[in-house]
Amino acid sequence: MDQHLPTQQHTELLRFITCGSVDDGKSTLIGRLLFDSKAIFEDQLAAISATSQRRGMSETDLALLTDGLQAEREQGITIDVAYRYFSTPKRRFIIADTPGHEQYTRNMVTGASTADVAIILMDVRKGVLTQTRRHTHIVRLLGIRQIILAINKMDLVDFDEQTFNQVHQEFLTFANALGFDDIIAVPMSALQGDMVVDRGTSMPWYQGHTLIDVLESVKVDENIQHAPFRFPVQLVHRVRNSGELNERRLYLGRVESGHVSVGDEVVVLPAGVNTTVASIDTYDGALKSATAGQSVTITLSEQVDISRGDMIAQKSHPPRTEKSFSALICWLSNAELDVSKRLLLRHGTQTVAAKIAALEYKLDINHSIHVPTEKMAMNDIVKVLVRVQQPINIDNYESNRPNGSFIIIDELTNDTVAAGMVVEN
Amino acid sequence: MSALNHLDRLESEAIHIMREVAAQSKNPALLFSGGKDSIVLLRLAEKAFRPLAFPFPLVHIDTGHNFAEVIAFRDRRVSELKEKLIVRRVEDTIKQGRARVKSENDSRNALQAITLVDTINEFQFDACIGGARRDEEKARAKERIFSFRDEFGAWDPKNQRPEIWSLYNARVHPGENMRVFPISNWTELDVWSYIARERLAVPEIYYAHKRPVVRRGIQLVPVTELTPPRPEEVVEELWVRFRTVGDITCTCPVASEAKDVEAIIAETAVTSVTERGATRMDDQTSEASMELRKKQGYF
Repeated sequence: MDQHLPTQQHTELLRFITCGSVDDGKSTLIGRLLFDSKAIFEDQLAAISATSQRRGMSETDLALLTDGLQAEREQGITIDVAYRYFSTPKRRFIIADTPGHEQYTRNMVTGASTADVAIILMDVRKGVLTQTRRHTHIVRLLGIRQIILAINKMDLVDFDEQTFNQVHQEFLTFANALGFDDIIAVPMSALQGDMVVDRGTSMPWYQGHTLIDVLESVKVDENIQHAPFRFPVQLVHRVRNSGELNERRLYLGRVESGHVSVGDEVVVLPAGVNTTVASIDTYDGALKSATAGQSVTITLSEQVDISRGDMIAQKSHPPRTEKSFSALICWLSNAELDVSKRLLLRHGTQTVAAKIAALEYKLDINHSIHVPTEKMAMNDIVKVLVRVQQPINIDNYESNRPNGSFIIIDELTNDTVAAGMVVEN
Repeated sequence: MSALNHLDRLESEAIHIMREVAAQSKNPALLFSGGKDSIVLLRLAEKAFRPLAFPFPLVHIDTGHNFAEVIAFRDRRVSELKEKLIVRRVEDTIKQGRARVKSENDSRNALQAITLVDTINEFQFDACIGGARRDEEKARAKERIFSFRDEFGAWDPKNQRPEIWSLYNARVHPGENMRVFPISNWTELDVWSYIARERLAVPEIYYAHKRPVVRRGIQLVPVTELTPPRPEEVVEELWVRFRTVGDITCTCPVASEAKDVEAIIAETAVTSVTERGATRMDDQTSEASMELRKKQGYF
């Protein structure tokens, strides 16, 4: 690939997660992606070449590029989510590189929570494994609708088309039921570089895109732009210009979904007051409208008593305002759920006292079945009934990721102990 | 409706993070050194909070080994913004006997951590906003945007709080603090592109200038009072610029004729050496240098 100067004003940002284990060649794949797209620097290459030699390897091990922490280098494992960056002339990419082992479901949840697309990595010799099912399930649960199936280690099956087709088919048989918008399969050898950035010469039978072509062309998830307008208020500023009789109240925050224009009819929740948007301001000047992802300052045409945690929303499609709702919870803490502990729930900019009122079932993610449960331990995904002390303004996660998600904090330790997704009651 | 371009998305994310600090933390501060990353932080703070004053003071942990232009720039920028600057000096920490140096010319980058932790304790800051980026270094690649530090200021990489969606948890007990990195997801190229887009002033030493240097490994070491040439070394007068600005004893320039921000962007897009690899002697000592410093309280 040519070196380039990204046309900064027009490049899009795509965030993706890579799911798989070291055994599938995940570190090698990421190393290859970074190396062939020229995101690896000479000094980094020199450092890993030296390490490879010290370990008695004949070639430079690209997988070493993704080792972050001392303990990881010592143990040859990945402990935590790492974020990596590269760009092509078309796009800027952020990779959430997550460990694949079972005990690290919580890291996958973390990485998937902000991703537009997931790469599911498979060893072509092994076909669909338990971990493949688990990874695919988790990314779907976390609201990712497009996946790239990277069928790796094609060099070890003589780049055979039949074997690729079989594994692809086996995957579709199980994944079609999960309701993805798009599943794109690419055969590759991350070790040798075929079909990652360069096509190579070993698979003339494959006419589809290389991995990098897919990453450059796959749609950035824009569903959130078309969802109803939601604006959780982060901060309230009061300003009074000289000569003005009344102070103006500025509501600072980020448009989490949909879009808003000056003059739009909105409802302020939980008060339920109807009003209209008087202005949308930024440091760079006033806007006529703003869209999901933009941090702005809103003023309203009526004086309403609003504080942090309140929400300004589309009047015609308001969120549900609830004190009790169903959710899927991924438990992240080493310590099991203890119902006697005081828990806080953070949703958007709102923090309220919360209780897990009932455990409905545990999701057995490896076999896609529900099993009864009376406890919630690390990495468990459990359907629960949540009760909160103050009503919160929620949407279902499936239709609105930012407004359907929450975290649970242990009030005593301040630890983030769970991630939650609002579902149909 | 067109989607936001990538710089807009990064900017908006950073503004959101700064506002969360203002809302969640009782007594935050913003670390400002006069370097390019913290210059970007100040513009982001203006975008997050103007027309009001910043809800935090600016803090500089001064190693005493400075480039004079950078300190002059720092003071000019602070007075333009009419914000409050707190300066605490590594020199004073050494005088108090709380940090030891082998010689006057040793790098004080690592000692900064002690002065920083002391300053956090002195003012009881519960959050410090810093300009670190994940693309800088492999330990940083694994750090959270809201990074928890215990009462000793230490980072525990194996026991980080999960950070999911953009729901940040800044809660701490008294004595503990958060380090918050709003430009975690920016690269060096993004920073320069943003400086260009926002027409931000940066200290002159970021632009190409002639300077006496010696060659040491892959690095060019500036010849200064604190970093004299070794007997066998040949001093050359070269066109150079600095990619990072830190302690003068361990910050190296790169050969460059880039005299304006567009030229720097063009060079950054095709550079073959990482920012810290080319410019920081203290990151070259072992593969885990940064990780160890962070465990000791470095930002």
